[in-house]
Amino acid sequence: MFYREAGDFKTSYAKDQQSFPIKLDRYWVWGVLAFAFLVVPFFINDYWEKSVLLPFLVWSMAALGLNILTGYCGQVSLGTGGFMAVGAYACYKLMVAFPGLNIFFVVILAGLITAIVGIGFGLPSLRIKGFYLAVATLASQFFLVWMFNKIPWFYNHSASGMITSHERLMFGVPITGASAPPWATYLFCLTLVTIFAFVARNLTRGRIGRSWMAIRDMDIAAEIIGVPPLRAKLSAFAVSSFYIGMSGAMLFGVYLGSAEPTEAFGIDKSFLVLFMVIIGGLGSILGSFLGAAFLVLIPVLMKNIMVGAFGWPADLAAHLELLFIGALIMFFLIVEPHGLAQLWRMTKEKLRLWPFPH
Amino acid sequence: MSPLFLNTLEVILNGLMAGVMYALVALGFVLIYKASGIFNYAQGVMALFAALTLVGFQKGQIPFSHLINAIFGTKLHHWGDGMNTFLAIIATMVVMVIFAWLLEKIVLKHMVNQAPIILFMTTIGLAYFMEGFGDLMWGADIKNMDVGLPSGGSLWLEDFTRGWAAEGTEYYGMYIDVLDVWAAGIAILLVIALTLFSQYTKTGRALRAVADDHQAALTVGISLRSIWIIVWSLAGFVALVAGIMWGSKSGVQFSLSLIALKALPVLILGGFTSIPGAIVGGLIIGVGEKLFEFSIGAMIGGATENWFAYVLALAFLMFRPQGLFGEKIIERV
Repeated sequence: MFYREAGDFKTSYAKDQQSFPIKLDRYWVWGVLAFAFLVVPFFINDYWEKSVLLPFLVWSMAALGLNILTGYCGQVSLGTGGFMAVGAYACYKLMVAFPGLNIFFVVILAGLITAIVGIGFGLPSLRIKGFYLAVATLASQFFLVWMFNKIPWFYNHSASGMITSHERLMFGVPITGASAPPWATYLFCLTLVTIFAFVARNLTRGRIGRSWMAIRDMDIAAEIIGVPPLRAKLSAFAVSSFYIGMSGAMLFGVYLGSAEPTEAFGIDKSFLVLFMVIIGGLGSILGSFLGAAFLVLIPVLMKNIMVGAFGWPADLAAHLELLFIGALIMFFLIVEPHGLAQLWRMTKEKLRLWPFPH
Repeated sequence: MSPLFLNTLEVILNGLMAGVMYALVALGFVLIYKASGIFNYAQGVMALFAALTLVGFQKGQIPFSHLINAIFGTKLHHWGDGMNTFLAIIATMVVMVIFAWLLEKIVLKHMVNQAPIILFMTTIGLAYFMEGFGDLMWGADIKNMDVGLPSGGSLWLEDFTRGWAAEGTEYYGMYIDVLDVWAAGIAILLVIALTLFSQYTKTGRALRAVADDHQAALTVGISLRSIWIIVWSLAGFVALVAGIMWGSKSGVQFSLSLIALKALPVLILGGFTSIPGAIVGGLIIGVGEKLFEFSIGAMIGGATENWFAYVLALAFLMFRPQGLFGEKIIERV
């Protein structure tokens, strides 16, 4: 009753082919975007920016990237942390080398550099499949992090081995560095994520996205009907790494401000993003956002409850948090292996029929 | 013989020992993968959990004391002097069996017929859960494990090899940790025991039947669920052995669970489905990474052991995508 496509007539092919063919979906998306762009910036403060909104946006970007590779193209990757590190270090080197370059383009260029690296590490996927590939992608994770630790050129020979982001302006407002106002960093990340979420949505609806899905469903059959596996797999690796690289650049440049490879881009980050994708829903753009929101919010919430409300010691709370997240992941996989996106689809299905059962 | 040659020999020997330790962890993976098709990422955390439990029993810690103290404001910590080592090992094994049983009851029985990636993610969730659970139960501080295994360099070998170097060169003999030798011995025993068990007992045959074909095994009356409990208990046992070995070597702490990451390249190199593959893979990786670190690692900044194993395994996979001993992957449309 509340959600239906009845009466929503399409009179042209363009209307039939648009991203959100159902009117209510469109209103919903525009409403959320209007709220995020026009309302939130006026109420944002430092706490919300640093502990909820920026991590959510950064991890959404990473989850989008991994979802393209794992959810749409079926190649399980555990190298996300390493690729984020590539994005972060590319961002740092570009920032230092071209001080006049707009930070927006710095982030996009960092993504492009990561895409090239991603193609390189995607090459084994042409020969290795399944879990063998998943473990093989760990090679990129460990190798890249080791490389950024050991080769001083990457961190410009700084004594601490850390990279620190410099202040860069956009329209006269600092986006990176210590003095950037919360609303500016938030809007910057939000703009990037919005643009590239739409790009991802349309990529996955088109020819290239369909070739990825064909490879995911059965690569041999796809090859036989004329989908080139080389192009499909490598383009998935490239696009996915592009997104992950941008998220790494945002994580380092805008959110953290300084980073050290082992801590910020370790293997647990690769798993975190994979969890987001699985809990959100494999092969769903909305799922990437839901998964990221879920895994960013739950720890914040649990910390507030246990340390804030009960006054338990922090290390105990940390153990309970691990235990709880682990249990929650198992619970989710048992109850709904297709993720939060599937729950949303079911809700829509229910709403369509409500209040009649059939 | 020149000292360089002897040093290389020493590195190779140490690599072999390290390889056996990796193989010990990889064995647990292979057992579970063969019997249930689950790629069990939690194997490393299971080793950590087993080691924590063993030390906890030995020292007589009260489980969950930290949590109880936080809630009720009490000051519990120990319930006496603890058990002797043998009893503690038995008690730990009981805990691991109970854990396997609960795992099957609560989680795995719902996961039949799910995609492998979902099962894999479940075990990662399990790894997080067990890590938090183990820390909550026994505390996160670094513990020393002492089960009576000898440690330190072998003096005998040092004396024995000192005379091997050419006259007039500086050479002090080879260094090999006695604990590593013990670990190698125990690993070999473990493999023999597992092979005998799976070849000559009824349960072992049932295990192999399930590994071959779930449905066919069900039709001839093998209970899949009890087999899974047995397999996870076995994996718990292997985890306990690995936990004892690694725990005596480097203390019981969080980093113990990271040995799973050491075992993964061993697995893909040897093939997920092969027990001999786990052993041979372990030896190749152990020797390979030690030799690389010894010869080239020092020139490019060191600490190459983290990634070299993966690159080596990747190189092997390029030629044999199913690993050295894995079953040939046949694909049909």
